[in-house]
Amino acid sequence: MSKEEIDTAAHLAPGEKASIVKVSGKAYLRRRLLDMGVLPGSIIQMIRHAPLGDPIDVKIKGYHLSLRKSEAYHITVKRMK
Amino acid sequence: MNRIRLSDVRPNTEIVLYKIVGGMGMERKLTEMGLLPGERIKRIDSPSDGPVVLVVKGAKIAIGQGMADKIIVEECGQKKIIKVALAGNPNSGKSSVFNNLTGARQHVGNYPGVTVEKKEGIAYCNDYTIKITDLPGTYSLTAYSLDEVTARNFIIHEKPDIIVNIVDASNLERNLYLSTQLMEFGIPLVIVFNMSDIAESAGQQTDDKAMSELLGVSIVYTVGNKDKGSKELLEAIVRTHKERADKNNVSVNYGREIEQEISKVMVLLNREIDLIDKYPSRWLAVKLLEGDKYIIDFIKAKQGSDEIIKQIEASRAHIKIIFADDAETIFADKRYGFINGILHETMTQKKDSHLVVSDNIDQIVANRILGIPIFLGIMWLMFKSIFFLSEKPMQWIEQTQALVSGFVSGLLPEGSLMQGLIVDGIIGGVGSVLVFVPIIFLLFFFMSILEDSGYMARIAFIADKFMHKIGLHGRSFIPMLLGFGCNVPAIMATRVIESKKDRFTTILINPFMSCGARLPVYTLLIGAFFSEKISSNVLFSLYILGFLMAIFMAKVFRRFIFTGESAPFVMELPPYRIPTLKGLIIHMWERGWLYIKKAGTVIMLGCIVIWSLSAFPVSAKGDLTKSYIGKIGKAIEPAVRPLGFDWKIGTALVTGVVAKEIVVGTMGVLYGAGERDSGNPFSLRGALRKDVYPDGRPVFTPLIAYAFMVFVLLYIPCLSTVAVIKKETGSWGWMFFSIGYSTALAWVAAFVIYQGGRLFGL
Repeated sequence: MSKEEIDTAAHLAPGEKASIVKVSGKAYLRRRLLDMGVLPGSIIQMIRHAPLGDPIDVKIKGYHLSLRKSEAYHITVKRMK
Repeated sequence: MNRIRLSDVRPNTEIVLYKIVGGMGMERKLTEMGLLPGERIKRIDSPSDGPVVLVVKGAKIAIGQGMADKIIVEECGQKKIIKVALAGNPNSGKSSVFNNLTGARQHVGNYPGVTVEKKEGIAYCNDYTIKITDLPGTYSLTAYSLDEVTARNFIIHEKPDIIVNIVDASNLERNLYLSTQLMEFGIPLVIVFNMSDIAESAGQQTDDKAMSELLGVSIVYTVGNKDKGSKELLEAIVRTHKERADKNNVSVNYGREIEQEISKVMVLLNREIDLIDKYPSRWLAVKLLEGDKYIIDFIKAKQGSDEIIKQIEASRAHIKIIFADDAETIFADKRYGFINGILHETMTQKKDSHLVVSDNIDQIVANRILGIPIFLGIMWLMFKSIFFLSEKPMQWIEQTQALVSGFVSGLLPEGSLMQGLIVDGIIGGVGSVLVFVPIIFLLFFFMSILEDSGYMARIAFIADKFMHKIGLHGRSFIPMLLGFGCNVPAIMATRVIESKKDRFTTILINPFMSCGARLPVYTLLIGAFFSEKISSNVLFSLYILGFLMAIFMAKVFRRFIFTGESAPFVMELPPYRIPTLKGLIIHMWERGWLYIKKAGTVIMLGCIVIWSLSAFPVSAKGDLTKSYIGKIGKAIEPAVRPLGFDWKIGTALVTGVVAKEIVVGTMGVLYGAGERDSGNPFSLRGALRKDVYPDGRPVFTPLIAYAFMVFVLLYIPCLSTVAVIKKETGSWGWMFFSIGYSTALAWVAAFVIYQGGRLFGL
């Protein structure tokens, strides 16, 4: 696996899809992400950045979720071709 | 069914409370005793002249005959009551289903001890009375969020007969995640596929029979915003109650390894009879293994729980070794896996084509370039409409008030205390509350449009970067903006903010957003002491000052009081939907009515107090300098003297606590500006300019006027706002804190401006 393939969800470009590898972060954040379906193995797609650059809008499990980049750094993903 | 007065009920009969007709005060008193509409009660005394004795929720209550006359009850006869808890994700259309089921038979209150709103309602089906409690909308049932803890505590302590779980049929995967947790309570579950029309039109087909078998629940289809399926849902509730009452629910199978650990914990828990009596043991075991802080602390506090805690720690460590990940992730993963398995077997077409329209809207509305202009445009349009539409009704209310005052005045002896009390105290007080009603109702109407359409989440999305910089949440933006109109609805609008830290900070800084009621004060003083050329700049500077102060204080609060990291932003962006008029009107009415009830009583009281202070002692004969209020003004003069204020300004500030418009009125009275027509600003402006101290110095200079306006901007906004702060924080402490710190801040700011200005020779 090359290094470029593994990244955080915050670094995905709009339209790019990735598979979630790991969810880290403080207990509350992690739990919240898990509950919202941000789980290892799920597919996440970057949709857009907010007009001011942050937060981001991602699609996961068929719905739209917004989160701050600082939170998306805790989601390790593997880019899909 | 038969509705009678409680006083006419035969002894030893079970009845259901239908309505309290004795007015608000009585309703509140009885509500506090647990007498709520829909509550099952039993009368146990035999009729006599003595008190009526009731059994409510196992407790005995005695009330007077007079009260019993004002309570309408329904005889239940053979009737049965089903207690239902309504659970579901936010944006699942839960409240529209609730409204459809209960119609106007609703009651809004709070869950005991917390400020989470609790809605209850009643529906009837066949021989059953169905008492429905709307739980807070949640995605999960963890210990981290107040809403989630409230929801699960309700289920555990109130033990509803049935849980009705509303799910968004077009987004089953995430919505059923909550269902998997609800199944663990061991209470029969009815799953409602809401918005099934959207799912259907996207080509989604579900084998509901198979799914109902696999999940062990009843499944019903509804379209909440079109009021479809309510009857079927009620029938399903009754059917489930009859058929499934003693059957066990299916639970998620977490796999052999985890199930083994669950069993180990359950064996230990089952020894604790008193515990198992109250809590479903499987639920407890799962929560403990998941590391739920709330439940672990609860078990730890029990005597002899060491063995359980040891087992938990061992099990969690074991899970971590086997799965190479911690228990929390594994449990979430298994739940989603369970859902996926079921959906795979029972559903065809899982594509999210229902999002096409919504996604297209977001292409424009949340666009990087267009997003902000569109957002500002919508805000501008909303404010314009609110102020435009409320202008006429406000005038009508003022005119009606003037007519009524005039009419009542004529009936009473001129200059009498009675006339003063009724006309200035009571009618004036009621008027000052009513005049805000149109603007408040309109504000909430538009807020509901933003909320129900899904745009509110986009506002948070767009504004979050900026709001986060000042330590707040994207959702704090709307309340801040509303504050420029009126702080009362603005503070009520903070309910959309989930985290307590963010919410309380937003509440406490909100009064610095200069509301509409402060404008008359600015207009009066700017007109009197500043040239027309700079007047708009002076006015603008006040708004900016308020805003900067809000940002500054937000930072201070986040740094010293509400410390720690800010809550995660993680938030669903729901699909856009067209709001229904019924939903909008219900929302508007609920919030508006709350304002009238809460703020109304306080303002009324405040106006009467202020009036009394200005009317007494009688010997003052209308001379305010000799009245109590004048004496208070004189007494506080030393405190305001360093700000350059004389006793008249001090007095106006005291009366201004009730409402900011009153500052102008008081100045009018103090300067005797044409007796009753204190509304004429021009004569008052002249009087202000001409006023001098005995030594010939002018009482007002532009500098003093500016310090005065800054004080008005920053100190206690008004009694209604204070009342709403009390209501929304649920604490007298925060209310007094808000009063105290804002007044202190106002004093310091005015002091700096006045003394600083003098140093510069202004």
